Amino acid sequence: MTASDFVLGFGEAGWGAALLQAAMMTLAVALTGYAFGLVVGSLGAWAKIKGGTLLRLIADAYTTVLRGIPDILVIYLFYFGSSAVLTPLAGLFGISGFVSLPGFMAGALAIGLVSGAYQAEVMRGAYRAVSPGEIEAAIAAGMSRMTLFRRIIAPLVLRYALPGLGNVWQLVLKESALVSVTGLVEILRQAQIGAGSTGQPFTFFFAAAVLYLAISSFSTWLLRRTEGRLTLGSRRA
Amino acid sequence: MDIPFLYETLLKLLTGVPLTLQLAVSSLGLGAILAVILALARLSGLRLLAWPASCYVFIFRSTPLLVQIFLIYHGLGQFHGVRASFLWPILREPYWCALIALTLNTAAYSCEIVRGALLSVPPGQIEAARACGMSSFTLHRRVVFPLALRHALPGYGNEFILMIKSTALASIITLMEVTGLAAQLISESFRAIEILIVAAAIYLFINFIVTRLVQWAEYALSADLRPPPAALEQGGAL
Amino acid sequence: MIRNTILAAALSLAGLYSCGGALAQNATHIRIATEGAYAPWNYTLPDGTLAGYEIDLAKELCKRMKAQCEIVAQNWDGMLPALNAGKFDAIIASMGVTPERAQVAAFSDPYSTAPNAFLALKGSGLAAALPWHDKFDLRDNASGSKEIVEKLDVALKGKVLGIQGSTTAGKFVDEYLKDVVTVRSYKTQDEANLDILAGRIDLTMANITVLAEALKRPDMAEAELVGPTFLLASGTSVAFRKSDTALKDRFNAAIHDVNADGFNKALTEKWFGVDISVKN
Repeated sequence: MTASDFVLGFGEAGWGAALLQAAMMTLAVALTGYAFGLVVGSLGAWAKIKGGTLLRLIADAYTTVLRGIPDILVIYLFYFGSSAVLTPLAGLFGISGFVSLPGFMAGALAIGLVSGAYQAEVMRGAYRAVSPGEIEAAIAAGMSRMTLFRRIIAPLVLRYALPGLGNVWQLVLKESALVSVTGLVEILRQAQIGAGSTGQPFTFFFAAAVLYLAISSFSTWLLRRTEGRLTLGSRRA
Repeated sequence: MDIPFLYETLLKLLTGVPLTLQLAVSSLGLGAILAVILALARLSGLRLLAWPASCYVFIFRSTPLLVQIFLIYHGLGQFHGVRASFLWPILREPYWCALIALTLNTAAYSCEIVRGALLSVPPGQIEAARACGMSSFTLHRRVVFPLALRHALPGYGNEFILMIKSTALASIITLMEVTGLAAQLISESFRAIEILIVAAAIYLFINFIVTRLVQWAEYALSADLRPPPAALEQGGAL
Repeated sequence: MIRNTILAAALSLAGLYSCGGALAQNATHIRIATEGAYAPWNYTLPDGTLAGYEIDLAKELCKRMKAQCEIVAQNWDGMLPALNAGKFDAIIASMGVTPERAQVAAFSDPYSTAPNAFLALKGSGLAAALPWHDKFDLRDNASGSKEIVEKLDVALKGKVLGIQGSTTAGKFVDEYLKDVVTVRSYKTQDEANLDILAGRIDLTMANITVLAEALKRPDMAEAELVGPTFLLASGTSVAFRKSDTALKDRFNAAIHDVNADGFNKALTEKWFGVDISVKN
């Protein structure tokens, strides 16, 4: 095989650049979804820990349902269902006509909602791991609730939650492949188009697998470093 | 809401449940065997065994299942050598491709659960068994595996649910399980949302049952951790 | 290029699209969906841009309507629900009008027409089993089709037939051949073609121009067209939401225009080698 007919090349007939661009899209949709999941997950954890009966019930229902149905169905539902919810909502604000989420947002929000269910559990577990003694000590020292949260609870929860949150990130990254079903050109969708156009499916799906491995390995490395920093205080000499 | 349509959809989608369950149960069963082998390899202390097992786990856990399914289904078919080989009668069937992909995938995740469970067996118990003169085989059969099983169960329960959800991806390679049927119904009636909600409800119900079964199994396997029956009666929990 | 992707992502983050209804009627900005995986009608180039007969046609129609158009790729099987969910305003994706589709969407007048055909591996014996090369028009010929199907029955008994889900070919197979062949439904025609080569399915049915285009690729050299062709729909049309009547009228005017001055004829000849445009 010469360099010119190598389908993954970067020339005019090569799919290399397209695949790299698709990898950027994967990162973009995964990061957006993850960020959204962090917000939803924190709210969910808060509702489960501090909420009243109703809030707890809602949070429990949310985590149970989202963890019980296939993610691909959640993505489809967001994609097709967003306008059914958003159009009447927009009508309230005087916007007529269809309002709907573009594929990118529908995918990111769906991923976020799914990962939020897992992040809520991770953060709840981390909160439980904070020893009551530390909180009591802080209160005894006269800290306000805000300071207590900012200086004691948040850093400790983050430290305990970090490995779990890292796992959720890996999950989100893999989940982003499912967004391909809406037509968003991320790694997998690009690989499918390439495979179909050239008749070389192995080449393209293998390249896709390598790209995911690379992103995943890089983020694991980054996470280990962060983890090392955050646990400096608790590391034994 | 169009109740008759939802009911009709439910009846049609339910015909896909046997295939969904069959895929999940078979892949979990085969995956568990592979997972135990992988975990033992990783814990063997022999680099020649441990390293390939670690690599396997890393690769399958770091790539999306959908990519694995496509690689096995479309990817392997690209090569004449594969198509001419004795494996082709198996690999040419979408069902077997889906089952292989799901099995290899769950084995990688389950390997970590099994490994953790095996490591959790207290060394004292193993020493005690050795001191009684148990052979390595008996030791594993009577002490290590039962204790590890109990420890692995909560984690494995999650894996059950994840795998039932994962079978939905088999629809991408033409299998007509619940999600595949849902996609077909959508293409006939174009009523996406109602059909998707019915499909989601079916998965939710299956997973609810599975969760209950796992809880029951956990309960059944932890007889020694429960209070004596007298206390139970007082509590009246069961 | 990479920066563009991030920019596009950021832009789509910034806002929800609001469109349709009153907006799309006179809008200068129209979003058109295509599949991007149905060469030569519409396909994706290695650099990610869309190309094909319908891409050129859409651009010309927009020019004549003095509208700004954005053409987006969209998975085929969710296209009509996504249209009604407001993801875009029109579909130009080799879509034939069928009674089922007409129930959920409005369609323009047709701009081109091409029949469906079978594709199988050379040496599969299917070329010999389906020796006749008749053209059947099944649009309103239910009785005549019975006779064809009886002939097909014998040749195709027990075969595995792959189709792309939600297509007219899929509907044909479902109506006439369901009890004869095992049907497998694919997301894209390309995947069905891959499985023809892999020997997983015995034959596939799709628009003849698409199969002919695929056969030009070196990896498809082992396959060939077999048997009769079937005209299943009155031609391919642009799809709209039922409420967007003004948009439909604008497209119809532009389609009549390109048919009248020979633009469409020349364009189909360029892409398909034959004139498959619709005469006014």
